Amino acid sequence: MAHLGPSKAASSKEQAGLRYPSNGKTIYHRPLNRSKTAELSQASFAYLFSEMVSYAQRRVTGIQELEKRLNLQGHPIGLKLLDLLLIREPPRSQTRPLTIIALLHFIKINLWTHLFGRQADRLEKSSNPDTPDEYMIIDNEPLVNAYISVPREMSQLNCAAFVAGIVEGVCDGAMFPARVTAHTVGGKEEGEMWPGKTVFLVKFQSEVLEREALIGKG
Amino acid sequence: MITRTVFALIIINKAGGLIYNRTFHEGGLNKISTNDYLVLAGTFHGVHAITARLNPLKFPATNRSSTSSTGPLTRPELPSGLEVLESENFRMQCFTTLTGIKFLLFTDTTQANVDLTMRRVYDMYTDYVMKNPFYQLEMPVRCDMFDRKLGSYIREINNR
Repeated sequence: MAHLGPSKAASSKEQAGLRYPSNGKTIYHRPLNRSKTAELSQASFAYLFSEMVSYAQRRVTGIQELEKRLNLQGHPIGLKLLDLLLIREPPRSQTRPLTIIALLHFIKINLWTHLFGRQADRLEKSSNPDTPDEYMIIDNEPLVNAYISVPREMSQLNCAAFVAGIVEGVCDGAMFPARVTAHTVGGKEEGEMWPGKTVFLVKFQSEVLEREALIGKG
Repeated sequence: MITRTVFALIIINKAGGLIYNRTFHEGGLNKISTNDYLVLAGTFHGVHAITARLNPLKFPATNRSSTSSTGPLTRPELPSGLEVLESENFRMQCFTTLTGIKFLLFTDTTQANVDLTMRRVYDMYTDYVMKNPFYQLEMPVRCDMFDRKLGSYIREINNR
């Protein structure tokens, strides 16, 4: 269980078998990429992602199914990243986020910085009173879509569904089960500043809000 | 009247088919129909192929004796074929990629740095067309992102 994590890890240091480096830094604390800025080639990623989209596209019939597949490709990454990013935090803030706002901030700041080298542009709560379970993470130009032009007949599609899957994985891993979808909101008018603007709609399940209300009372 | 202008860009695939055709400056070149553009692309492809055969092969042993000793390059340079075509009112520059795609840039006769412009156009093609999962090789280029970036780059040059 995630909430037992930090204390367990600390006590296991004394146990025999596993050896820890004296400074307490394990393989998980450092990125595998040892270059100075830990940067990767965007071109290689673009080609890889392009192939991931074509791979998913060959096996589906509709746009929704394609987004579902991209989402599924991202989900396990999110689950693992939650653990990795938490273990890299300093020990006192190593607990998983306990409220929706803390979780979304963790995603906006830590997750986005780790994946894309910058924070997400905005966080919003749905202003519609009928959907209090919906939150929005806004990215003005998602890195995964940097070179992608979606054809007109597939205008519903946003390939950032892959990133939505990662976010969904983080939410699920933190015990905030949610559905996350990516929607294009830019590009409707000519000469717009952010034609690729994307909203990640996070829809939490009802039990999450129930719990949140209980915590708020206590 | 108007100098230093990029008029139009045409991209021809390796089979001689027209895959992209865009006019940047109204009034620079006369308008011709899409069919004529297809004929132009096909004709140029043929002329280019013939002129490439006219061009003698350069062998590294004779022409590039000491300067090319940096790498194990033994293959002769491919003959380039027709590169520039000039008329009284416009200049057409052709750039062939290693994979046989041809970029034709129609500019004003006094336009400088066409090589650089061509290079940037090729960069954009590799970024916004080749890295797009929805583009099929050898097919007409329909990528919004490519259109947008190319448009703003050429506008910048034409307004300079």
